[in-house]
Amino acid sequence: MSAAVQPLSKSAVHAWRLGLVGGFFGLWMLASALYPTARYVVGDPVLVVVQLYDWFLEGSIFGHLALTAIEAMLGFAVGALGGVAVGLLFLFVPALRHLFDPILAILAVVPRIVLAPMFMIWFGLGIVSKAALVTLIVFFIVYFNVEAGLRAVQGHLIDRARLYGANGFQLVREIYLPASLVWLVSSLKVSIGFAFLGAIVAEYLGATAGIGSLIAFAQSQNDPNAVMAGLGVVFLVVVPLDWILTRIERKTVAWRG
Amino acid sequence: MTQSGKGVGAAAVEIDGVAHVFKSHGRELTVLQDATFKVASGTFVSIVGPSGCGKSTILRMISGLLAPTAGTVRIDGETVTGLRTDVGFMFQTDALIPWRTVLENIALPLKFQGVAKAEREDRARAWIATVGLEGFESSYPHQLSGGMRKRVSLACTLVSDPSTILMDEPFSALDVQTRNMMENELISIWARDKKTVVFVTHDLEEAIALSDYVVVLTARPARVKAVRAIDLPRPRDILNVRTEQAFHDLYTVLWNDMRDEVRRSYADETAKPSTGAP
Repeated sequence: MSAAVQPLSKSAVHAWRLGLVGGFFGLWMLASALYPTARYVVGDPVLVVVQLYDWFLEGSIFGHLALTAIEAMLGFAVGALGGVAVGLLFLFVPALRHLFDPILAILAVVPRIVLAPMFMIWFGLGIVSKAALVTLIVFFIVYFNVEAGLRAVQGHLIDRARLYGANGFQLVREIYLPASLVWLVSSLKVSIGFAFLGAIVAEYLGATAGIGSLIAFAQSQNDPNAVMAGLGVVFLVVVPLDWILTRIERKTVAWRG
Repeated sequence: MTQSGKGVGAAAVEIDGVAHVFKSHGRELTVLQDATFKVASGTFVSIVGPSGCGKSTILRMISGLLAPTAGTVRIDGETVTGLRTDVGFMFQTDALIPWRTVLENIALPLKFQGVAKAEREDRARAWIATVGLEGFESSYPHQLSGGMRKRVSLACTLVSDPSTILMDEPFSALDVQTRNMMENELISIWARDKKTVVFVTHDLEEAIALSDYVVVLTARPARVKAVRAIDLPRPRDILNVRTEQAFHDLYTVLWNDMRDEVRRSYADETAKPSTGAP
């Protein structure tokens, strides 16, 4: 007997998802309950929640969170604007693109995180060194996506617009930007996670405050619960931001029906 | 089309000793070699020829999208030196902007030309009526059928009222029935406004049915092989004209012009690896 494979119903998918996540936390709790030594390795989800509760109740977390968020968002904004600007500049000055193409391609292969110590040396332990690292990370993600998006614009659309009498500014506004918007927004979605990653990793290396320094301190204290709690705080910020960008992404492709 | 001034009015488009050499990866390919013909103002002229003979190249040169390697292209006596925003160009692909509605697409050329919003919407709506797309003003291109997209594309080409219209196999992607309907609409719009049309096609029947003159190009490197006047009476009905004896006689004459070129072109294409030329 062969029955057609039925796709799972929507509610069944939700149930499975909840089950998987719940199962993960259940196993985690079980492990830390059954093996007391495991608590020092993977922590205890209950203690993680307690830690989070303490931080938010004391209010000490907000300063750290604000600092990390400022570093990440500042670098995110500058890097994204830079990526779009350079993409457009190269579009209109192909000679520059020709010159920089291989250089950027090689730089893109180098893990940007490696440069974090350099930025510490140049810009100190404050906001600027972290924001600079984030800028660099986000710039490459956005630039390569925008560049691909601009290249994917159909030649006929451009030919036609030019024959209609469009000037360079009109070409950018009416054709190039809207055509590459989908690429831009999806690169921003990828970037937002990396922006926080960059800020936090840079904080590990040297900072007096911020979520990263909090996690690094917890690690030095061999406190896995505080490390996991730090991770949880990052989640609380990045997930809503990702949600917002997903909404924007949906709007940008609305014309596709 | 005129030779020595016969035909309607003065030459709107002159192709004078035009050549185009396509360069790619250090290789040279002569697509066009010394092509010369004139298109009189208000006439409908088709260019036919074997594939790869540079039919589209000629249109790109007339519009200024491409500069000839040698020779001169003139519009209304004026040498083409750069982009001609005063000609209409209908491409093989729709080239509609997917994130713009039908109305916005048709109004866009006027927007680029600085026409005020109210006026450009009025003119776009008038063209929507002409091409029979009322009710689809706020549809997006992906929601339309191939034939409807062609209508939008035609309206985009004509909305800025160009005196010369270039068409590069505009209906080749359509099924035969839709295509014949579009051809009928095109010649009735043309009969109304009497624009100069240069129409590129590989379809001899289409060329005969639509045109006043047909220019036959040779295989690569292309020259003008023949210019034939199509003296079928107007107004023509595309659906019926093909059944007339005069149509078949013209077809025979033109096919005799074309046959050897098509053979030569085919032999070239199959004997050599693809050149990647347009």
